[in-house]
Amino acid sequence: MTRGHLLRNILRVALLCLVASFVLAPMVATVLGGFKTNAEIRTNAFALPASWNWEFYGSIVSDPAFWRYLGNSMLISSVAVTLTLIVGAAAAYVFAQIKFFGSRMLFSYLLLGLMFPFATAILPLFIKVRDVGLLDTWWAVILPQTAFSLSLAILLFRTFFEQLPKELFEAAYIDGCGYVRFFWRFTLPLSAPILATVGVFVFVQSWNNFLLPLVVLNSREVFTWPLGMMQFRGEYVTEWNRTLAFVTLTLVPAIVFFLAAQKYIVAGLTGGAVKG
Amino acid sequence: MATAATSRRLPASERLRRSLGNGRVSAILILLPPALILFTLFVILPLGESGYYSFFNWNGYGAPSDFVGLENYERIAGHSIFHKAVGNTVKIVAVSLLIQMPLALALALLIFRKTPTNAVFRLIFFVPYILAEVAAGLIWSFVFDGNYGITASVAQSLGMDSLFILADRDWAFVAVMTVIVWKYFGFHMMIYIAALQSVPEDLIESGRIEGAKRLQIVRYVQIPHIKPAIIVSAFFAIIGALQVFDVIIPLTNGGPSNQTHTIVTYLYTFGLTRLNIGFGSAVGVILFVAAITVAVFYQRFFMKGDKA
Repeated sequence: MTRGHLLRNILRVALLCLVASFVLAPMVATVLGGFKTNAEIRTNAFALPASWNWEFYGSIVSDPAFWRYLGNSMLISSVAVTLTLIVGAAAAYVFAQIKFFGSRMLFSYLLLGLMFPFATAILPLFIKVRDVGLLDTWWAVILPQTAFSLSLAILLFRTFFEQLPKELFEAAYIDGCGYVRFFWRFTLPLSAPILATVGVFVFVQSWNNFLLPLVVLNSREVFTWPLGMMQFRGEYVTEWNRTLAFVTLTLVPAIVFFLAAQKYIVAGLTGGAVKG
Repeated sequence: MATAATSRRLPASERLRRSLGNGRVSAILILLPPALILFTLFVILPLGESGYYSFFNWNGYGAPSDFVGLENYERIAGHSIFHKAVGNTVKIVAVSLLIQMPLALALALLIFRKTPTNAVFRLIFFVPYILAEVAAGLIWSFVFDGNYGITASVAQSLGMDSLFILADRDWAFVAVMTVIVWKYFGFHMMIYIAALQSVPEDLIESGRIEGAKRLQIVRYVQIPHIKPAIIVSAFFAIIGALQVFDVIIPLTNGGPSNQTHTIVTYLYTFGLTRLNIGFGSAVGVILFVAAITVAVFYQRFFMKGDKA
């Protein structure tokens, strides 16, 4: 390596470190803040805590409400993912495998959801959910979320299903396997990669969703974690350390999940987005 | 094929029976309706109802009966806070296009090659994107807190008075935009990285052999090559700007004195929390029209031919 090369590389890494510190500083301050007394946060928000107080983290972890929030979110997200995968894949399978009159039109219809933001229909959604008596239930979040995820799911599934070998279906068909059975027995199991990509994408969206639960959930019993976190923040307005501990505890599962499913997340969020 | 030939000669009723037999029709009837029903009930119908409700003065109870025509739209058009919200949305778009995307592109150019160090930086830069917006908003509301936050510490150590950025009419939205850049530049960077990795290495190499400078290679080889990715990422920046909500609520909740609203927080604050369903629906319709306009315009002028 020449000297110019080396110099340039040092400059490059220095620049990257600078940006990295801009990215990480708020998060590090958040994690550390959960260990500090409020007086200490006030005098120095950024230094290591003088003594590591575990009590703020402890009090949240031992609070059943915290786990209930996470549990509610987990349940809502899991059901939304399952529904999206099954319902979306079923529809995409029909579009990929069966030619029928009106198929193109129905396909375009189902893709309309890609065109506009969720928020445009939030008020009628609230009215509808209220009128059918689903307000304050998990379904009030699950069903609209699933419906809004369908467009992207169907688009990605169809592309994938069309690339599956056609000979497979012909062979199964000769053996007397009908369309519906073929879908369950062959298409779904062969589509694990795209199911994982879409599943992870829908899960993250659902897990992080704030607006919809905010509008349709009122009682703490059914709160998702973002609502629970805002509620908590409201109760401890002046005690930043508790809020920061709470935030940290919700960052942990997000980051662990990200590291575990990195491949699918990057594929789903960038690749999927680019295709959409 | 023999079967096809015989089936063509069969009477229509028999053909129908056969096609039912192999499950073609029943497959359509079993597999398609769930998606159609869910989508229609929870996406298309509410959208249509938005349009309908927007012509009424309605608090959401009983049937809408107080028909007011375009009054809701007129009120919105004349509302200074709505103007502010639209202006803020435009500001987010500008910051996304002029600061966030160039930053993301520069970083992508620095770390697109697959090395261990680059992988670490890539990971770090992407972390904000995977956090929930609400969590990001809360974290930064701490950072900007004039009594406790990092800005407070910095101000103190510089011997300045406490800064209450989020309570400052002029600076609060700058803070919001900082958070948005922090949260989303990693997403755009990832799109560019994926595209940059597909630029053939010999193209770059031959440019270098011909004596092109690093910046010239960027300018004349790499950027033209990833243009589709840039176009797509700009599209996401614009559509994303139209939807900003979660981040604002914990940061400023639209304040101080309604200076930091976006279209969606405006819809939420003036439509839902006050149960002005008609009024809020009209805002929803405007948002819808804006999104569709952007999408159609974009398809027309930027995505011609190439299916990105």
